[in-house]
Amino acid sequence: MSETNIYLPHLMRIAKVTREAPGVKTFRLEFVDQAAADAFDFQTGQFGLYSAFGEGESTFCIASSPTRKGYIECTFREVGRVTAALADKEEGDVVGFRGPYGNRFPIEQWKGKSLVFVAGGIALPPLRSVIWNCLDLRDWFKDITIVYGARSVADLVYKHELAEWEARPDVNLVVTVDPGGETPDWKGKVGFVPPVVEALAPSPADTVALVCGPPIMIKLTLPVLAKLGFQPDAIYTTLENRMKCGLGKCGRCNTGSSYVCKDGPVYTLAQLNALPAEY
Amino acid sequence: MAETRFLPSESLDTFVKALRRDGRRVLAPTARDGRAELNPVEAAAEIDLEGLQTALSAKETVFPKVERILEYSLSGGGVDLRDVAPKAEPTVLLGVRPCDAAGFGALDAVFNWDTRDRFFNARREALAIVAVACTRADDACFCTSVGGGPGSTAGSDILLTPVQGGFLAELVTEKGAALAALCPDAFRPDPGLEKKVADLPMAFDHAALTASLQGRFEDPLWERQSLRCLGCGACAFVCPSCVCFDLVEEADAREGRRLRTWDTCGTALFTLHASGHNPRESQAQRWRQRVYHKFSYYPERYGRLGCVGCGKCTRACPVDMDLQEHLLEAAQA
Ligand SMILES: Cc1cc2nc3c(=O)[nH]c(=O)nc-3n(C[C@H](O)[C@H](O)[C@H](O)COP(=O)(O)OP(=O)(O)OC[C@H]3O[C@@H](n4cnc5c(N)ncnc54)[C@H](O)[C@@H]3O)c2cc1C
Ligand code: SF4
Ligand code: SF4
Ligand code: FES
Repeated sequence: MSETNIYLPHLMRIAKVTREAPGVKTFRLEFVDQAAADAFDFQTGQFGLYSAFGEGESTFCIASSPTRKGYIECTFREVGRVTAALADKEEGDVVGFRGPYGNRFPIEQWKGKSLVFVAGGIALPPLRSVIWNCLDLRDWFKDITIVYGARSVADLVYKHELAEWEARPDVNLVVTVDPGGETPDWKGKVGFVPPVVEALAPSPADTVALVCGPPIMIKLTLPVLAKLGFQPDAIYTTLENRMKCGLGKCGRCNTGSSYVCKDGPVYTLAQLNALPAEY
Repeated sequence: MAETRFLPSESLDTFVKALRRDGRRVLAPTARDGRAELNPVEAAAEIDLEGLQTALSAKETVFPKVERILEYSLSGGGVDLRDVAPKAEPTVLLGVRPCDAAGFGALDAVFNWDTRDRFFNARREALAIVAVACTRADDACFCTSVGGGPGSTAGSDILLTPVQGGFLAELVTEKGAALAALCPDAFRPDPGLEKKVADLPMAFDHAALTASLQGRFEDPLWERQSLRCLGCGACAFVCPSCVCFDLVEEADAREGRRLRTWDTCGTALFTLHASGHNPRESQAQRWRQRVYHKFSYYPERYGRLGCVGCGKCTRACPVDMDLQEHLLEAAQA
């Protein structure tokens, strides 16, 4: 066996399980093997393939920040066979992990700029990695604005962290739930994400916008950002094509000649505009 | 560059036996059970060099239909994970056509463009290819339109071209020369024979096709061409250069294995998200992907085509989708 097996995952122990919302959990994972832990490094935006042995692998972004060492976190929604098997796991159980794969958010290029994060529903995890990374480098950036929306109050993920960001004077957090999703004691906004962003009207001057959410939210938010004056190369998002190998070989994630698993998942709107709209 | 020898017809058997004695499996086209396929052979008499093509391609020798990539045992919440070594038997492909030989280049481009795939490489290194040039072609063949040819040596370690009384043997690579050295008496000096292969005029210019695809993504052509496509995947499974695969689990409560299996962009499930969203919902989009992958994305990423013009897809298609005819149409701007 002269070459290594690129499909072989690392074993990781579930150090902590957090129930975020109905059907959504966060795992904190630690390498079983110390050598693997020592060799591991990643950047925001990258993803991994997580194994529930017996069922298969599933793709999730790494939701923790690379500035927080010793573990990684993923947050996932139970939607199918593999995610259901993962959701059944408990603290102490072992899962598989391959990664980090894919490209990353070029945060060092954003030094001196303001950042606007726009996330919807279960798509906060990829941005949460960037948010913590940028908050851990807070003096690199000017204003940091986070707009996060979910269908209902119950569907909001990372509730503790939302409270933490809310309390920070150096973060402008706006949380909204869809009309009808509010509870009697809800103090945030009520309304869909795109109009909330429009009303907030962040300045595009020296500002980078990051948008992650369900396709419909992205589709309606992009024109709002364009109207506010954001240029296509100042808007970042991530694509989620179905993946199997994560290594640019299985052929599943192609969008045009771009392998989302290698050239993505992070794309600027300018890059997306140059690709066939097959995502 | 390549050294040329003469291999008399009767010495082919000597060659096969020398390869077997050297511990190599010899896979060659046979007409067993009325079907032309690659099978292990012990003697030249078993080989069928009359048939034009096998239905399946030779890719299975390096990229099996199903292959184990890891194994594990489960107990409680724990996992005992085991790596798996590729089974790489020294093998000689004897009597495949130049198109099949060229197909390995397309597989190599994908399996090794970035990270290296151990399973592919172990088998590829253990494999030698002795192809036989084509003295005839059929309507499905278009190797000359995609940079190949009935007498092309690309991908072969030795190329045998049928001539009066035997074969002209071009020893293309070191590997090929080493095989010939296993039976030096069989490979005689070349008496200066002329290499004559099938005459297959080019049907289209592949550079023009690739250029034409640049502006045709939204062309109604794909819808029209794909109307009868069933999405059965036969075209991909017989193709020497189709690489797409799936990773699947086979397990019970105690133990399991992860397998790699052939897959194809021809099916709706290939890109279906768990949410129900599908970036390629229609068969027209999937047919377009097949054409673009081979004739636009491959050239863009790897500087080569993802098709060798063997025509196996056309011959295998249950509804007579003729790739050459469709490409001709697409190449005409
Ligand atoms: C880069 C990237 C990042 C992502 N990040 C996150 C994240 O942070 N959090 C998150 O929750 N999600 C994320 N996703 C989405 C996530 O990968 C999917 O939701 C998840 O993998 C699908 O769940 P599953 O494996 O349980 O579904 P599966 O059970 O594998 O089913 C997936 C689909 O395939 C079909 N299917 C599967 N197997 C078969 C079969 N054998 N035969 C027929 N049909 C079959 C099913 O019909 C289903 O529609 C991300 C995706 C990508 C690409
Ligand atoms: S073999 Fe023919 S019908 Fe089947 S997927 Fe290929 S083109 Fe379509
Ligand atoms: S697409 Fe068809 S003609 Fe081209 S290599 Fe594959 S099987 Fe042969
Ligand atoms: S996931 Fe296999 S090529 Fe991208």
